[in-house]
Amino acid sequence: MIHRTQEISLLDGRIALQALGAAFRKLAPGELARKPVIFVTAVGALLSTVLFLRTLLAGGAHTVVIGQISAWLWFTVLFATFAEAIAEGRGKAQAASLRRTRAETTARRIASPDASDWVAVPAASLQAGDLVLVEAGEVIPGDGDVVAGIATVDESAITGESAPVIRESGGDRSAVTGGTRVVSDRIVVAITAEPGQSFLDRMIGLVEGAKRQKTPNEIALDILLVGMTIVFLLVVATLPAFAHYSGAVIPVVFLVALLVTLIPTTIGGLLSAIGIAGMDRLVRFNVIAKSGRAVEAAGDVDTLLLDKTGTITLGNRQAAEFIPVQDVSERDLAEAAHLASLADDTPEGRSIVALARQRFGLTAGDPAGLTFVPFTAQTRMSGVDMDAAGAAGFAEVQDRPRSSSIRKGAPDAVLALLDQRAPRDLTSAVERVAKAGGTPLVVARDGRALGVVFLKDIVKPGIRERFQTLRAMGIRTVMITGDNAMTAASIAAEAGVDDFLAEATPERKLELIRAEQAKGKLVAMCGDGSNDAPALAQADVGVAMNTGTQAAREAGNMVDLDSDPTKLIEIVMIGKQLLMSRGALTTFSIANDAAKYFAIIPALFVASHPQLQALNVMGLSSPESAILSAIIFNALVIVALIPLALRGVRYSPAGAASLLRRNLLVYGLGGLAAPFAGIKAIDLLVNALGLA
Amino acid sequence: MDANGLLQIFVYCLLIVALAPFVGRYLATVFAGGRTPAAAILGPVERGIYRLCGIRAGLEQHWTGYAGSLLAFNMLGVLLLFALQRIQHILPLNPAGVPAVPADLAFNTAVSFVTNTDWQAYAGEATLSYLTQMAGLTVQNFVSAATGIAVAVALARAFARRSAGTVGNFYVDLTRAALYVLLPACMLGTLMLVWQGVPQNLQAYTLATTLEGGQQVIAQGPVASQMMIKHLGTNGGGFFGQNAAHPFENPTPLTNMVHMIAIFAIGAGLTNAFGRMVGDMRQGWALLAAMGVLFLAGVLAAYWAESQGNPALSALGIAGPVNLEGKEVRFGIATSVLFAVITTAASCGAVIAMHDSLMPLAGMVSLVNMMLGEIIVGGVGAGLYGMLLFVVLAVFIAGLMVGRTPEYLGKKVEAREVKLALVAVLALASGILGLAALATVLPAGLVSVQDAGPHGLSEILYAYASAAANNGSAFAGFGANTPYQNAMLGLGMLVGRFLVIVPVLAIAGALAAKKTVPASAGTLPTHGVLFVGLLVGVIVIVGGLTFFPAVALGPIAEHLLTGAALF
Amino acid sequence: MIRELKPALLLLLVMTLLTGLAYPLAMTGIAQALFPAQAGGSLIERDGRVVGSLLLAQRFERPEYFHPRPSLAGAGYNAAASGASNLGPTSVRLAADVAARVEALRVENPNAHGAVPAELATASASGLDPHLSPAGIEYQLPRVARARGLPETRIRELVAAHTQGRDLGFLGEPRINVLALNLALDDLTAAAWP
Repeated sequence: MIHRTQEISLLDGRIALQALGAAFRKLAPGELARKPVIFVTAVGALLSTVLFLRTLLAGGAHTVVIGQISAWLWFTVLFATFAEAIAEGRGKAQAASLRRTRAETTARRIASPDASDWVAVPAASLQAGDLVLVEAGEVIPGDGDVVAGIATVDESAITGESAPVIRESGGDRSAVTGGTRVVSDRIVVAITAEPGQSFLDRMIGLVEGAKRQKTPNEIALDILLVGMTIVFLLVVATLPAFAHYSGAVIPVVFLVALLVTLIPTTIGGLLSAIGIAGMDRLVRFNVIAKSGRAVEAAGDVDTLLLDKTGTITLGNRQAAEFIPVQDVSERDLAEAAHLASLADDTPEGRSIVALARQRFGLTAGDPAGLTFVPFTAQTRMSGVDMDAAGAAGFAEVQDRPRSSSIRKGAPDAVLALLDQRAPRDLTSAVERVAKAGGTPLVVARDGRALGVVFLKDIVKPGIRERFQTLRAMGIRTVMITGDNAMTAASIAAEAGVDDFLAEATPERKLELIRAEQAKGKLVAMCGDGSNDAPALAQADVGVAMNTGTQAAREAGNMVDLDSDPTKLIEIVMIGKQLLMSRGALTTFSIANDAAKYFAIIPALFVASHPQLQALNVMGLSSPESAILSAIIFNALVIVALIPLALRGVRYSPAGAASLLRRNLLVYGLGGLAAPFAGIKAIDLLVNALGLA
Repeated sequence: MDANGLLQIFVYCLLIVALAPFVGRYLATVFAGGRTPAAAILGPVERGIYRLCGIRAGLEQHWTGYAGSLLAFNMLGVLLLFALQRIQHILPLNPAGVPAVPADLAFNTAVSFVTNTDWQAYAGEATLSYLTQMAGLTVQNFVSAATGIAVAVALARAFARRSAGTVGNFYVDLTRAALYVLLPACMLGTLMLVWQGVPQNLQAYTLATTLEGGQQVIAQGPVASQMMIKHLGTNGGGFFGQNAAHPFENPTPLTNMVHMIAIFAIGAGLTNAFGRMVGDMRQGWALLAAMGVLFLAGVLAAYWAESQGNPALSALGIAGPVNLEGKEVRFGIATSVLFAVITTAASCGAVIAMHDSLMPLAGMVSLVNMMLGEIIVGGVGAGLYGMLLFVVLAVFIAGLMVGRTPEYLGKKVEAREVKLALVAVLALASGILGLAALATVLPAGLVSVQDAGPHGLSEILYAYASAAANNGSAFAGFGANTPYQNAMLGLGMLVGRFLVIVPVLAIAGALAAKKTVPASAGTLPTHGVLFVGLLVGVIVIVGGLTFFPAVALGPIAEHLLTGAALF
Repeated sequence: MIRELKPALLLLLVMTLLTGLAYPLAMTGIAQALFPAQAGGSLIERDGRVVGSLLLAQRFERPEYFHPRPSLAGAGYNAAASGASNLGPTSVRLAADVAARVEALRVENPNAHGAVPAELATASASGLDPHLSPAGIEYQLPRVARARGLPETRIRELVAAHTQGRDLGFLGEPRINVLALNLALDDLTAAAWP
């Protein structure tokens, strides 16, 4: 359910090749220092290489084994940098396609919104506050708000969605993104982003992981890993003293090998890859998180605030009833509504046609002579004008073969057209529909109100089950709606949410978030309007719809390019998966150490304490082979786990107890047992090849 | 291993578990400032103490203030005890006429009792006057135990509080621990011990003429009153050199049972009090369960190892495979092993058998108990806060696996807590491994070793584990009373005590300030079998990984030398 | 700084008075009143002279007495310097010591049957262990009987009367107090030949 859009294969050859190069570049000390565990490994590798060269030149014991150990120590470091590089590489591939849209464009800068003369300037030089004119066919030169005009814009470059969207000045659909293309009309855009700081720039940066900050959780984990590394440094540093007391001498390279196998190289090497891959999964899901912190917070979310419309109910309502007024018959109303909706391609329009046909058996007639009036944001109504001949083509109007004009739309808009004051029963019908949680659509013909079409909210199929899943995960869902409490309650009950906020205003939404947070909970919400901005900023996870205003997009810490509010649920799951992957690999890494001890300790001391051979429970063939096998296993396990780190551990929504049980079994006990088998197998191979 | 031995172990565990809720309830009441049955008498005493000392009981402290008061109080304790030993020869209550204690030994002993270690590099009956035993050691037995309890209580409060700036008042917690908890219990217990034969007097040593006409000087003293607090406060410092093996300290198996219960009573009760304080009894039971699992595993392993007897001695014509070297007849194998595991699981350090003479694996259980930081019930207070440090680590390592930022009892475990917990773990590890390693290479350290071979290494490891973990028991063949060992072991004790307490209090401060996240189905459950298993696993793996190489060269190597199999 | 230290110092002094002096002195007073014999060290007097403490082993070397376990308290059975060998299980010295004790025991007890009970050949923890197991007594019984010219059965009856079971039936081990037994033996002998 989490995978979508262009899937990049885990081990895409081209990416792997590029990553290999990057892996070597990441060996620079400055880069390595960001990963303390790997840094220690690299120091160990360097030390053992020096010792190897010395043995090689001066002669000494174990030369061949020391050489191999040095090589595998370098491989360990390299595998870790490779893991990070390949995670970044996958992001880079995505960033490349984004970057293509940022081809150099020229902007037409104007002095004021109604000025007609413009100056051509390169898009890259635009400052915040500049006004630019964009006409059909042109690329919008930078992020900004539409300050004049209305236009359809093709945003497929960013969202991958081919249907153009409407952008207009004022209101909640004013934000435009640089790199998108105006398809029709002309708009004046006020640039809001400084050069290099545009949405597209930041997106590319985020996807590439270039300016990746460590997240709080990652920092804490890093501290744990550093702490454990220091503990093992202490263990290994004191061992020569104990060995000396016991009459044993341990070659330094063997101590280095012991240290490297003990310190948590597996998680240390994969930690940043897991983080990058988590962001990457979001990106492929068409969500841009502005920081890794937000992704982490998503996993911790306790309360989800979900807008009713479009999330819980189908965004489009469906006609459920015709309510005629005064002496108008229901059929008359249905006929008018049917006619007015014939060319209306919206789901609401289609549902009116379907209902009218089902109730009264109406049929589609010859559209000749009909002039359809499309819905516009200004008029907030649509309808049809027909001449007498056109009207004659329809059975239902045959008895009235004269020209007429039908309108349907928002009550206040349609009522303004009426010749007389609205009849009383119309007002009460409108109120009744609104109270029942529906949307009233007033139908009028030739200046006379015919009645109301009851557009009803339809709860999305399957949404109830999803809320149940969320509940099992310990997440509370709260439905946000502008409806009154009664309506909200009935929809809430039908959808199975835990709670609802009725007659929601931006202020009440903000209050609700603050109240939840005061209880210690983390809140996630999505929103698009300017008035959502404070709530988006207050929420721990605020997902702004890409279709929303610039203010909303700035306030949220994630942007959903598909503007699909349901995705909040997936975002939470991706967050959880990220945290789980870290925990699972940490547990696995630490559990691994037990077997390594049983490989290396007897190997180190069997010469001075022959009885310690009893600890060689794996029956490894020789001390040299045991140490070599442990270090090889330690290196290979990083490579083996790269796919897991990139894909994330399997996540099935469930309560914490069952998740813990499953993961402890797989990564805890598995981590304990796997290396026993792995090291033994490598030991057999090492001996078969005569390497030690 | 026989049925009677197992029965003793089983009954003991049962008694501790049965006692825990009662002790827990009492402790929770005391530290919530509630009214206890003894309030009519102790209330005025308590208020009098505050007035006399200028303590403003109503004023709570930020964690730094709490830690500052604690350090000041304990450092003054070291100074006073040091001074007392140095001038005991000119002070009263010295009927045996013992001289002043040498400076290095006095430092070691002062630190030892202030840190609740009660490591004894001296033999009590030959070194210390009655005044030093009473006004010096007994006092520190009380206040070092009370200090541990206070720290645990402050940490428990931090979990229970939300967005709070303070963790309690150290002086009040200390006073209440001593006055309401330790003193009344000790008074009752002392009488029980005297009834069974433990001396309690201020007489000079008695000169007896034996049946064969020889002379025997019998040491005397206020033994019973010190016995009770030494066990109840998990101090372990004996009145006599051979500690609770001495028939005057522990004349019957019944007194021994009283001692054993006293050692675990408060530690186990504190887990229960913790559950009550954080408002979820199951949390306390889970901690006690984890402790119980580790304890039983240790006891059974040690009992099994000891029951195998010593093949080297059996070969000499001794009846039965039974290792009685360094044990008392009245206690036998089972009781001796049970006590050895209890005393090292808790940070008591009293002994009824010589650990040096235990079979290698039985000695190893004691050694490992200390290396794990004595979190199996543990020292009073210290066991609980030590266990909670492991909880922090366990929750952090595995808690991520449920897909949330790790949290325990609604408190998010973040970078700061992890860092502080690791400081404590590192302090213990470096106190044991670092200082022990030093002792194995420096000639000044090596002279103390008695036995050759792996056992000698075990002696060094045991000494430094005992010091850093603030246990106080010893592989007593180790010649601890040298200037080098007195200084270094003293250092180990200070590190193991205060470099753990200060991070713990810092964690308490950080936790108290946090919001409490309400539990939901998505919260890591920390009260079930699963969590207990996880906690035990983390303790065994983290502890095991740190000390396995050293233990392999010591007890494990020695065990294999006896010709026995490993598994 | 001084102001910070003041309550700490005062509290330490108050605690010293309370727990260091008041508590042990009060307990001494109460204990002396309630259990004077035990509080005084369970001393045993014969003819107005203290002959030892019931709780502490003392040296017995003559054949007519049962001998307690080997002691490493001071020079042996020093009740002002408790002590043990503290030798490890793999110690060569321990093996040598035990071998020597086994040898001595065999010489001392030519009529004893069976292997040497472990406690007789190993040093106790306190050096003052007042007890022996029934086996430890039985091993020496023929020697004591012969030395005292008493029938073994008579002594066995006495031993049985002095054998303590486990406390509460399950705590510790069955045992016999050597000093008490030897005192009873002396009484028995005195009664037989007044």
